[in-house]
Amino acid sequence: MIEVQNLTKRYGDLTAVSEVSFRVESGQILGFLGPNGSGKTTTMRVITGFMPATAGTVKVAGFDIFDDSFEARKRIGYLPESPPLYNDMTVTAYLRFVARIKGMPRAAIPDALDRVLNRCGLTDVADRVTGYLSKGYRQRVGLAQAIIHNPDVLVLDEPTVGLDPQQIIGIRNLMKELAGEHTVILSTHILPEVVQVCEKVVIINAGRVVVEDMIENLTQGQTLEDVFLRAIAQEDSGEIVESAAVVEEAVK
Amino acid sequence: MRNVLTIIRKELHSYFVSPVAYVVLTGFLLLGGWFFFNLLSQFNLYLNIYTQFQQGAADQLNLNDFVISPLMHNLSIVLVILIPMITMRAYAEEKKDGTYELLLTSPLRTGEIVLGKFFACFLFICIMIGMTGVYPLILMVFGNPEIGVMLAGYLGLLLLATAFAAVGLLTSSFTENQIIAAVSGLVATLLLYMIGWPANTAGDILGPVLRYLSATEHFAEMVKGVVDTRNLVYFMSLIVLSLFLTQRSVESLRWR
Repeated sequence: MIEVQNLTKRYGDLTAVSEVSFRVESGQILGFLGPNGSGKTTTMRVITGFMPATAGTVKVAGFDIFDDSFEARKRIGYLPESPPLYNDMTVTAYLRFVARIKGMPRAAIPDALDRVLNRCGLTDVADRVTGYLSKGYRQRVGLAQAIIHNPDVLVLDEPTVGLDPQQIIGIRNLMKELAGEHTVILSTHILPEVVQVCEKVVIINAGRVVVEDMIENLTQGQTLEDVFLRAIAQEDSGEIVESAAVVEEAVK
Repeated sequence: MRNVLTIIRKELHSYFVSPVAYVVLTGFLLLGGWFFFNLLSQFNLYLNIYTQFQQGAADQLNLNDFVISPLMHNLSIVLVILIPMITMRAYAEEKKDGTYELLLTSPLRTGEIVLGKFFACFLFICIMIGMTGVYPLILMVFGNPEIGVMLAGYLGLLLLATAFAAVGLLTSSFTENQIIAAVSGLVATLLLYMIGWPANTAGDILGPVLRYLSATEHFAEMVKGVVDTRNLVYFMSLIVLSLFLTQRSVESLRWR
Protein backbone atom coordinates (compact mmCIF):
# COMPACT_ATOMS: atom_id res chain seq x y z
CA MET A 1 0.00 0.00 0.00
CA ILE A 2 2.84 2.36 0.85
CA GLU A 3 6.19 1.87 -0.79
CA VAL A 4 9.11 4.13 0.06
CA GLN A 5 12.23 3.58 -2.00
CA ASN A 6 15.64 5.17 -1.48
CA LEU A 7 14.08 8.36 -0.27
CA THR A 8 16.60 11.14 0.27
CA LYS A 9 15.83 14.68 1.33
CA ARG A 10 18.44 17.40 1.57
CA TYR A 11 17.96 20.94 2.79
CA GLY A 12 20.95 22.69 1.28
CA ASP A 13 23.95 20.95 2.81
CA LEU A 14 21.95 19.22 5.51
CA THR A 15 20.79 15.71 4.71
CA ALA A 16 17.62 15.14 6.72
CA VAL A 17 16.75 11.74 5.30
CA SER A 18 19.09 9.46 3.44
CA GLU A 19 18.21 6.40 1.34
CA VAL A 20 15.16 5.46 3.39
CA SER A 21 13.23 2.44 2.11
CA PHE A 22 10.36 0.54 3.67
CA ARG A 23 6.99 -0.97 2.81
CA VAL A 24 3.64 -1.02 4.56
CA GLU A 25 1.16 -3.65 3.45
CA SER A 26 -2.52 -2.95 3.07
CA GLY A 27 -4.34 -2.81 6.41
CA GLN A 28 -1.12 -2.80 8.39
CA ILE A 29 -0.21 -0.35 11.15
CA LEU A 30 3.40 0.69 11.01
CA GLY A 31 5.12 2.13 14.07
CA PHE A 32 7.54 4.75 12.83
CA LEU A 33 10.11 5.41 15.52
CA GLY A 34 13.26 7.40 16.00
CA PRO A 35 14.78 10.05 18.24
CA ASN A 36 13.80 13.69 17.79
CA GLY A 37 15.40 15.17 14.71
CA SER A 38 15.97 11.79 13.09
CA GLY A 39 13.90 12.65 10.01
CA LYS A 40 10.50 11.19 10.89
CA THR A 41 8.52 14.32 10.15
CA THR A 42 10.46 14.97 6.95
CA THR A 43 9.75 11.43 5.74
CA MET A 44 6.05 11.83 6.51
CA ARG A 45 5.90 15.18 4.76
CA VAL A 46 7.34 13.59 1.66
CA ILE A 47 4.96 10.64 1.81
CA THR A 48 1.95 12.97 2.07
CA GLY A 49 3.11 15.07 -0.86
CA PHE A 50 3.71 18.23 1.16
CA MET A 51 7.29 18.46 -0.01
CA PRO A 52 9.22 16.66 -2.72
CA ALA A 53 12.14 14.32 -2.11
CA THR A 54 15.59 15.15 -3.42
CA ALA A 55 15.82 11.59 -4.68
CA GLY A 56 13.87 8.35 -4.46
CA THR A 57 10.23 7.46 -4.93
CA VAL A 58 7.13 7.05 -2.80
CA LYS A 59 4.09 5.11 -3.95
CA VAL A 60 0.80 5.40 -2.10
CA ALA A 61 -1.98 3.00 -3.09
CA GLY A 62 -0.14 2.41 -6.34
CA PHE A 63 0.16 6.10 -7.23
CA ASP A 64 3.49 7.89 -7.31
CA ILE A 65 3.35 10.86 -4.97
CA PHE A 66 5.37 13.02 -7.37
CA ASP A 67 4.07 12.01 -10.78
CA ASP A 68 0.52 11.19 -9.79
CA SER A 69 0.33 13.44 -6.77
CA PHE A 70 -3.32 14.35 -7.18
CA GLU A 71 -4.59 10.76 -7.13
CA ALA A 72 -2.26 9.83 -4.31
CA ARG A 73 -3.29 12.81 -2.17
CA LYS A 74 -6.97 11.87 -2.51
CA ARG A 75 -6.21 8.63 -0.70
CA ILE A 76 -4.23 10.05 2.21
CA GLY A 77 -5.35 11.35 5.57
CA TYR A 78 -2.63 13.28 7.36
CA LEU A 79 -2.32 14.54 10.89
CA PRO A 80 0.80 16.73 11.08
CA GLU A 81 2.76 17.30 14.28
CA SER A 82 0.54 20.21 15.26
CA PRO A 83 -3.09 19.78 14.19
CA PRO A 84 -3.77 22.04 11.19
CA LEU A 85 -6.78 23.88 12.60
CA TYR A 86 -8.28 27.19 11.53
CA ASN A 87 -8.63 28.84 14.91
CA ASP A 88 -11.65 30.95 13.98
CA MET A 89 -13.83 28.07 12.78
CA THR A 90 -16.13 25.83 14.77
CA VAL A 91 -15.31 22.12 14.84
CA THR A 92 -18.23 21.30 12.54
CA ALA A 93 -17.49 24.07 10.06
CA TYR A 94 -13.84 23.08 9.99
CA LEU A 95 -14.52 19.39 9.41
CA ARG A 96 -17.05 20.23 6.71
CA PHE A 97 -14.43 22.39 5.00
CA VAL A 98 -11.87 19.58 5.14
CA ALA A 99 -14.39 17.06 3.79
CA ARG A 100 -15.03 19.36 0.83
CA ILE A 101 -11.41 19.99 -0.07
CA LYS A 102 -10.71 16.28 0.19
CA GLY A 103 -13.17 15.90 -2.65
CA MET A 104 -16.03 14.18 -0.83
CA PRO A 105 -19.39 14.26 -2.61
CA ARG A 106 -21.64 16.84 -0.96
CA ALA A 107 -24.34 14.31 -0.08
CA ALA A 108 -21.91 12.09 1.83
CA ILE A 109 -20.62 14.85 4.08
CA PRO A 110 -23.32 14.98 6.83
CA ASP A 111 -23.01 11.25 7.56
CA ALA A 112 -19.24 11.35 7.52
CA LEU A 113 -19.35 14.32 9.86
CA ASP A 114 -21.55 12.49 12.39
CA ARG A 115 -19.37 9.42 12.15
CA VAL A 116 -16.07 11.21 12.93
CA LEU A 117 -17.61 13.38 15.63
CA ASN A 118 -18.73 10.21 17.38
CA ARG A 119 -15.59 8.24 16.72
CA CYS A 120 -13.29 10.95 17.99
CA GLY A 121 -15.52 11.94 20.93
CA LEU A 122 -16.19 15.42 19.64
CA THR A 123 -19.98 15.59 19.80
CA ASP A 124 -19.91 17.80 22.91
CA VAL A 125 -17.63 20.37 21.33
CA ALA A 126 -19.05 20.24 17.80
CA ASP A 127 -20.14 23.88 17.89
CA ARG A 128 -17.15 25.26 19.75
CA VAL A 129 -14.50 27.36 18.04
CA THR A 130 -11.32 25.31 17.59
CA GLY A 131 -9.09 28.14 18.81
CA TYR A 132 -10.52 27.80 22.33
CA LEU A 133 -10.29 24.02 22.63
CA SER A 134 -7.90 22.26 25.00
CA LYS A 135 -4.89 20.50 23.57
CA GLY A 136 -6.48 17.07 23.80
CA TYR A 137 -9.55 18.19 21.90
CA ARG A 138 -7.44 19.95 19.28
CA GLN A 139 -5.53 16.74 18.75
CA ARG A 140 -8.79 14.83 18.33
CA VAL A 141 -10.13 17.35 15.85
CA GLY A 142 -6.86 16.87 13.97
CA LEU A 143 -7.47 13.13 13.93
CA ALA A 144 -11.08 13.58 12.83
CA GLN A 145 -9.83 15.77 10.00
CA ALA A 146 -7.47 13.01 8.88
CA ILE A 147 -10.11 10.27 8.74
CA ILE A 148 -13.21 12.15 7.61
CA HIS A 149 -12.89 11.19 3.93
CA ASN A 150 -12.19 7.57 4.83
CA PRO A 151 -8.76 7.46 3.21
CA ASP A 152 -6.91 4.26 2.34
CA VAL A 153 -3.78 5.57 4.00
CA LEU A 154 -3.40 7.42 7.28
CA VAL A 155 -0.23 9.23 8.22
CA LEU A 156 -0.23 10.27 11.87
CA ASP A 157 2.62 12.31 13.30
CA GLU A 158 2.62 11.84 17.09
CA PRO A 159 -1.16 11.71 17.48
CA THR A 160 -1.14 11.08 21.24
CA VAL A 161 1.09 13.96 22.30
CA GLY A 162 -0.56 16.09 24.95
CA LEU A 163 -3.40 13.72 25.69
CA ASP A 164 -4.33 12.42 29.13
CA PRO A 165 -4.12 8.65 29.77
CA GLN A 166 -7.82 8.13 29.19
CA GLN A 167 -7.70 9.94 25.86
CA ILE A 168 -4.61 8.01 24.85
CA ILE A 169 -6.47 4.74 25.44
CA GLY A 170 -9.38 6.12 23.42
CA ILE A 171 -7.14 7.00 20.48
CA ARG A 172 -5.38 3.66 20.73
CA ASN A 173 -8.69 1.81 20.53
CA LEU A 174 -9.69 4.00 17.63
CA MET A 175 -6.49 3.06 15.86
CA LYS A 176 -7.14 -0.62 16.40
CA GLU A 177 -10.56 -0.12 14.84
CA LEU A 178 -9.03 1.71 11.92
CA ALA A 179 -6.54 -1.08 11.24
CA GLY A 180 -7.71 -3.44 8.57
CA GLU A 181 -9.70 -0.84 6.68
CA HIS A 182 -6.86 1.68 6.62
CA THR A 183 -3.13 1.44 6.26
CA VAL A 184 -1.52 3.53 8.97
CA ILE A 185 1.88 5.05 9.53
CA LEU A 186 2.09 6.07 13.16
CA SER A 187 4.99 8.05 14.51
CA THR A 188 5.31 8.17 18.27
CA HIS A 189 7.72 8.17 21.19
CA ILE A 190 5.54 6.01 23.37
CA LEU A 191 6.89 2.52 22.87
CA PRO A 192 4.21 0.54 24.76
CA GLU A 193 1.73 2.12 22.40
CA VAL A 194 3.64 0.68 19.46
CA VAL A 195 3.68 -2.80 21.00
CA GLN A 196 -0.08 -2.64 21.56
CA VAL A 197 -1.17 -1.18 18.27
CA CYS A 198 1.41 -1.82 15.57
CA GLU A 199 2.28 -4.93 13.59
CA LYS A 200 5.43 -3.65 12.06
CA VAL A 201 8.18 -1.28 13.23
CA VAL A 202 10.59 0.94 11.37
CA ILE A 203 13.21 2.77 13.41
CA ILE A 204 15.17 5.55 11.81
CA ASN A 205 18.15 7.36 13.23
CA ALA A 206 20.02 10.32 11.75
CA GLY A 207 17.99 9.95 8.57
CA ARG A 208 18.67 6.24 8.00
CA VAL A 209 16.55 3.15 8.58
CA VAL A 210 18.22 1.09 11.29
CA VAL A 211 15.46 -1.42 11.99
CA GLU A 212 12.61 -2.70 9.84
CA ASP A 213 10.84 -5.77 11.14
CA MET A 214 7.59 -7.24 12.38
CA ILE A 215 7.00 -6.51 16.02
CA GLU A 216 6.81 -10.16 17.13
CA ASN A 217 10.27 -10.82 15.69
CA LEU A 218 11.72 -7.84 17.51
CA THR A 219 10.28 -8.44 20.95
CA GLN A 220 11.36 -12.06 21.45
CA GLY A 221 13.06 -12.09 24.83
CA GLN A 222 13.55 -8.35 24.91
CA THR A 223 11.48 -5.21 25.18
CA LEU A 224 11.02 -2.69 22.40
CA GLU A 225 12.94 -0.21 24.57
CA ASP A 226 16.02 -2.43 24.37
CA VAL A 227 15.65 -2.75 20.62
CA PHE A 228 15.20 0.99 20.22
CA LEU A 229 18.11 2.00 22.42
CA ARG A 230 20.46 -0.53 20.88
CA ALA A 231 19.45 0.49 17.37
CA ILE A 232 20.18 4.14 17.89
CA ALA A 233 23.29 3.55 20.02
CA GLN A 234 24.95 1.47 17.30
CA GLU A 235 24.48 4.16 14.74
CA ASP A 236 25.91 7.18 16.44
CA SER A 237 27.33 6.22 19.78
CA GLY A 238 29.58 9.26 19.46
CA GLU A 239 26.70 11.66 19.60
CA ILE A 240 25.12 10.01 22.61
CA VAL A 241 28.39 10.08 24.58
CA GLU A 242 28.77 13.68 23.64
CA SER A 243 25.29 14.64 24.79
CA ALA A 244 25.84 12.73 28.03
CA ALA A 245 28.95 14.84 28.59
CA VAL A 246 26.94 17.98 27.99
CA VAL A 247 24.36 16.86 30.53
CA GLU A 248 27.07 16.13 33.11
CA GLU A 249 28.57 19.53 32.46
CA ALA A 250 25.18 21.15 32.95
CA VAL A 251 24.57 19.27 36.21
CA LYS A 252 27.83 20.53 37.65
CA MET B 1 -14.52 25.11 -9.58
CA ARG B 2 -16.21 23.60 -6.55
CA ASN B 3 -12.93 23.76 -4.71
CA VAL B 4 -12.49 27.43 -5.57
CA LEU B 5 -15.92 28.15 -4.09
CA THR B 6 -15.04 26.18 -0.96
CA ILE B 7 -11.89 28.23 -0.47
CA ILE B 8 -13.74 31.50 -1.13
CA ARG B 9 -16.31 30.62 1.51
CA LYS B 10 -13.65 29.70 4.02
CA GLU B 11 -11.72 32.91 3.41
CA LEU B 12 -14.77 35.16 3.63
CA HIS B 13 -15.79 33.34 6.77
CA SER B 14 -12.48 34.14 8.39
CA TYR B 15 -12.70 37.81 7.36
CA PHE B 16 -16.11 38.24 8.93
CA VAL B 17 -15.78 36.00 11.97
CA SER B 18 -12.66 37.78 13.13
CA PRO B 19 -12.75 41.53 13.80
CA VAL B 20 -10.59 42.14 10.69
CA ALA B 21 -13.45 42.88 8.31
CA TYR B 22 -15.24 45.19 10.71
CA VAL B 23 -12.15 47.16 11.68
CA VAL B 24 -11.10 47.60 8.06
CA LEU B 25 -14.59 48.54 6.87
CA THR B 26 -15.17 50.97 9.73
CA GLY B 27 -11.78 52.60 9.26
CA PHE B 28 -12.20 52.88 5.53
CA LEU B 29 -15.69 54.39 5.77
CA LEU B 30 -14.62 56.75 8.54
CA LEU B 31 -11.78 58.15 6.45
CA GLY B 32 -13.96 58.19 3.34
CA GLY B 33 -16.66 60.13 5.20
CA TRP B 34 -14.10 62.62 6.46
CA PHE B 35 -12.78 63.24 2.93
CA PHE B 36 -16.28 63.55 1.53
CA PHE B 37 -17.40 65.98 4.22
CA ASN B 38 -14.37 68.21 3.72
CA LEU B 39 -14.52 68.18 -0.08
CA LEU B 40 -18.18 69.01 0.04
CA SER B 41 -17.81 71.92 2.46
CA GLN B 42 -14.94 73.23 0.36
CA PHE B 43 -17.11 72.99 -2.73
CA ASN B 44 -19.78 74.91 -0.89
CA LEU B 45 -17.28 77.64 -0.01
CA TYR B 46 -16.13 78.02 -3.64
CA LEU B 47 -19.70 78.13 -4.75
CA ASN B 48 -20.44 81.04 -2.41
CA ILE B 49 -17.32 82.97 -3.44
CA TYR B 50 -17.96 82.50 -7.17
CA THR B 51 -21.60 83.56 -6.99
CA GLN B 52 -20.64 86.72 -5.08
CA PHE B 53 -18.05 87.87 -7.62
CA GLN B 54 -19.39 87.03 -11.02
CA GLN B 55 -22.73 86.24 -12.53
CA GLY B 56 -22.79 82.70 -13.95
CA ALA B 57 -19.26 81.82 -12.84
CA ALA B 58 -20.63 79.19 -10.55
CA ASP B 59 -21.58 77.17 -13.62
CA GLN B 60 -17.89 76.41 -14.12
CA LEU B 61 -17.90 74.47 -10.88
CA ASN B 62 -19.07 70.92 -11.08
CA LEU B 63 -19.37 68.14 -8.59
CA ASN B 64 -17.32 65.69 -10.63
CA ASP B 65 -14.16 67.77 -10.70
CA PHE B 66 -14.42 69.25 -7.24
CA VAL B 67 -15.82 66.44 -5.13
CA ILE B 68 -15.85 63.04 -6.78
CA SER B 69 -12.50 63.13 -8.51
CA PRO B 70 -10.50 64.20 -5.42
CA LEU B 71 -12.55 61.77 -3.31
CA MET B 72 -11.51 58.91 -5.60
CA HIS B 73 -7.86 59.91 -5.38
CA ASN B 74 -8.01 60.16 -1.60
CA LEU B 75 -9.68 56.77 -1.32
CA SER B 76 -7.06 55.24 -3.60
CA ILE B 77 -4.32 56.34 -1.20
CA VAL B 78 -6.16 54.80 1.74
CA LEU B 79 -6.54 51.59 -0.26
CA VAL B 80 -2.81 51.46 -1.01
CA ILE B 81 -2.21 51.33 2.72
CA LEU B 82 -5.15 49.13 3.77
CA ILE B 83 -4.97 46.44 1.12
CA PRO B 84 -1.61 44.94 2.12
CA MET B 85 -3.06 44.67 5.63
CA ILE B 86 -6.04 42.74 4.29
CA THR B 87 -3.93 40.40 2.19
CA MET B 88 -0.98 39.87 4.54
CA ARG B 89 -2.52 36.95 6.36
CA ALA B 90 -3.69 35.05 3.27
CA TYR B 91 -0.71 32.71 2.96
CA ALA B 92 1.55 33.80 5.82
CA GLU B 93 -0.95 32.83 8.50
CA GLU B 94 -1.61 29.43 6.93
CA LYS B 95 2.11 28.74 6.92
CA LYS B 96 2.51 29.80 10.53
CA ASP B 97 -0.51 27.83 11.80
CA GLY B 98 0.39 24.69 9.87
CA THR B 99 -2.87 24.71 7.92
CA TYR B 100 -0.77 25.15 4.79
CA GLU B 101 0.14 21.48 5.22
CA LEU B 102 -3.54 20.59 5.17
CA LEU B 103 -4.18 22.59 1.98
CA LEU B 104 -1.15 21.27 0.12
CA THR B 105 -1.68 17.64 1.08
CA SER B 106 -5.32 17.76 0.01
CA PRO B 107 -6.29 16.98 -3.56
CA LEU B 108 -6.44 20.65 -4.50
CA ARG B 109 -4.69 22.23 -7.45
CA THR B 110 -2.48 25.15 -6.55
CA GLY B 111 -4.43 27.26 -9.00
CA GLU B 112 -7.61 26.57 -7.06
CA ILE B 113 -6.05 27.76 -3.81
CA VAL B 114 -4.68 30.89 -5.47
CA LEU B 115 -7.95 31.73 -7.24
CA GLY B 116 -10.04 31.02 -4.15
CA LYS B 117 -8.01 33.38 -2.02
CA PHE B 118 -7.98 36.02 -4.75
CA PHE B 119 -11.72 35.99 -5.37
CA ALA B 120 -12.48 36.09 -1.64
CA CYS B 121 -10.30 39.17 -1.42
CA PHE B 122 -11.95 40.64 -4.52
CA LEU B 123 -15.40 40.17 -3.02
CA PHE B 124 -14.29 41.82 0.18
CA ILE B 125 -12.94 44.78 -1.79
CA CYS B 126 -16.24 45.00 -3.67
CA ILE B 127 -18.05 45.27 -0.34
CA MET B 128 -15.56 47.85 0.87
CA ILE B 129 -15.80 50.07 -2.19
CA GLY B 130 -19.49 49.40 -2.61
CA MET B 131 -20.17 50.88 0.80
CA THR B 132 -18.61 54.17 -0.23
CA GLY B 133 -21.33 54.33 -2.90
CA VAL B 134 -23.41 56.20 -0.35
CA TYR B 135 -21.44 59.42 -1.06
CA PRO B 136 -22.30 59.62 -4.78
CA LEU B 137 -25.88 58.71 -3.88
CA ILE B 138 -26.04 61.74 -1.59
CA LEU B 139 -24.68 63.90 -4.40
CA MET B 140 -27.27 62.54 -6.79
CA VAL B 141 -30.06 63.46 -4.43
CA PHE B 142 -28.90 67.06 -3.95
CA GLY B 143 -27.07 67.77 -7.21
CA ASN B 144 -26.55 66.40 -10.65
CA PRO B 145 -23.10 64.86 -11.10
CA GLU B 146 -22.35 63.03 -14.33
CA ILE B 147 -23.15 59.41 -13.67
CA GLY B 148 -20.99 57.97 -16.45
CA VAL B 149 -17.86 59.69 -15.17
CA MET B 150 -18.65 58.54 -11.68
CA LEU B 151 -19.06 54.92 -12.73
CA ALA B 152 -15.80 55.04 -14.69
CA GLY B 153 -14.08 56.36 -11.57
CA TYR B 154 -15.55 53.59 -9.47
CA LEU B 155 -14.45 50.97 -11.97
CA GLY B 156 -10.97 52.47 -11.82
CA LEU B 157 -10.97 52.34 -8.03
CA LEU B 158 -12.11 48.72 -8.06
CA LEU B 159 -9.47 47.71 -10.61
CA LEU B 160 -6.74 49.56 -8.75
CA ALA B 161 -7.69 47.93 -5.45
CA THR B 162 -7.99 44.47 -7.03
CA ALA B 163 -4.61 44.77 -8.71
CA PHE B 164 -3.03 45.86 -5.44
CA ALA B 165 -4.70 42.95 -3.67
CA ALA B 166 -3.20 40.54 -6.20
CA VAL B 167 0.23 42.04 -5.48
CA GLY B 168 -0.39 41.79 -1.72
CA LEU B 169 -1.40 38.13 -2.04
CA LEU B 170 1.81 37.50 -3.96
CA THR B 171 4.00 38.99 -1.23
CA SER B 172 2.06 37.03 1.38
CA SER B 173 2.87 33.80 -0.44
CA PHE B 174 6.60 34.42 -0.02
CA THR B 175 6.75 34.37 3.76
CA GLU B 176 5.28 33.01 6.94
CA ASN B 177 5.69 36.36 8.67
CA GLN B 178 2.64 38.59 8.34
CA ILE B 179 4.56 41.79 9.00
CA ILE B 180 7.04 41.03 6.25
CA ALA B 181 4.13 40.22 3.95
CA ALA B 182 2.40 43.51 4.75
CA VAL B 183 5.50 45.69 4.49
CA SER B 184 6.72 44.18 1.22
CA GLY B 185 3.18 44.40 -0.14
CA LEU B 186 2.97 48.05 0.86
CA VAL B 187 6.33 48.86 -0.71
CA ALA B 188 5.39 47.11 -3.95
CA THR B 189 2.00 48.81 -4.26
CA LEU B 190 3.39 52.23 -3.29
CA LEU B 191 6.08 51.86 -5.94
CA LEU B 192 3.44 51.03 -8.53
CA TYR B 193 1.59 54.09 -7.34
CA MET B 194 4.57 56.42 -7.67
CA ILE B 195 6.66 54.90 -10.43
CA GLY B 196 5.41 57.51 -12.92
CA TRP B 197 6.69 60.49 -10.93
CA PRO B 198 10.02 60.92 -12.73
CA ALA B 199 8.36 60.36 -16.12
CA ASN B 200 8.58 64.01 -17.17
CA THR B 201 12.33 64.20 -16.71
CA ALA B 202 13.20 60.63 -17.64
CA GLY B 203 13.59 61.22 -21.36
CA ASP B 204 11.69 60.22 -24.47
CA ILE B 205 12.09 56.49 -24.12
CA LEU B 206 11.99 55.80 -20.40
CA GLY B 207 9.38 58.47 -19.69
CA PRO B 208 6.44 56.85 -21.48
CA VAL B 209 7.43 53.45 -20.10
CA LEU B 210 7.34 54.72 -16.54
CA ARG B 211 4.09 56.48 -17.22
CA TYR B 212 2.57 53.29 -18.59
CA LEU B 213 3.77 51.28 -15.58
CA SER B 214 2.27 53.73 -13.13
CA ALA B 215 -1.02 52.61 -11.64
CA THR B 216 -1.93 56.24 -10.86
CA GLU B 217 -1.78 57.30 -14.51
CA HIS B 218 -4.30 54.69 -15.57
CA PHE B 219 -6.45 55.28 -12.53
CA ALA B 220 -6.45 59.07 -13.06
CA GLU B 221 -7.65 58.65 -16.63
CA MET B 222 -10.54 56.49 -15.50
CA VAL B 223 -11.47 59.00 -12.81
CA LYS B 224 -11.69 61.61 -15.58
CA GLY B 225 -14.24 59.34 -17.21
CA VAL B 226 -12.01 57.80 -19.86
CA VAL B 227 -12.32 54.03 -19.95
CA ASP B 228 -9.71 53.01 -22.49
CA THR B 229 -8.73 49.43 -23.30
CA ARG B 230 -5.16 50.49 -22.54
CA ASN B 231 -6.11 51.10 -18.91
CA LEU B 232 -8.14 47.92 -18.61
CA VAL B 233 -5.33 45.90 -20.16
CA TYR B 234 -2.86 47.42 -17.71
CA PHE B 235 -4.86 46.45 -14.63
CA MET B 236 -5.81 43.04 -15.98
CA SER B 237 -2.19 42.23 -16.82
CA LEU B 238 -1.06 43.29 -13.38
CA ILE B 239 -3.70 41.04 -11.81
CA VAL B 240 -2.98 38.06 -14.05
CA LEU B 241 0.79 38.41 -13.67
CA SER B 242 0.55 38.57 -9.87
CA LEU B 243 -1.77 35.57 -9.75
CA PHE B 244 0.53 33.61 -12.03
CA LEU B 245 3.56 34.42 -9.87
CA THR B 246 1.59 33.50 -6.73
CA GLN B 247 0.71 30.17 -8.28
CA ARG B 248 4.40 29.61 -9.06
CA SER B 249 5.37 30.62 -5.55
CA VAL B 250 2.92 28.18 -3.94
CA GLU B 251 3.84 25.46 -6.40
CA SER B 252 7.58 26.01 -5.83
CA LEU B 253 7.32 24.03 -2.61
CA ARG B 254 6.70 20.99 -4.77
CA TRP B 255 9.73 21.52 -6.98
CA ARG B 256 12.54 19.07 -6.47
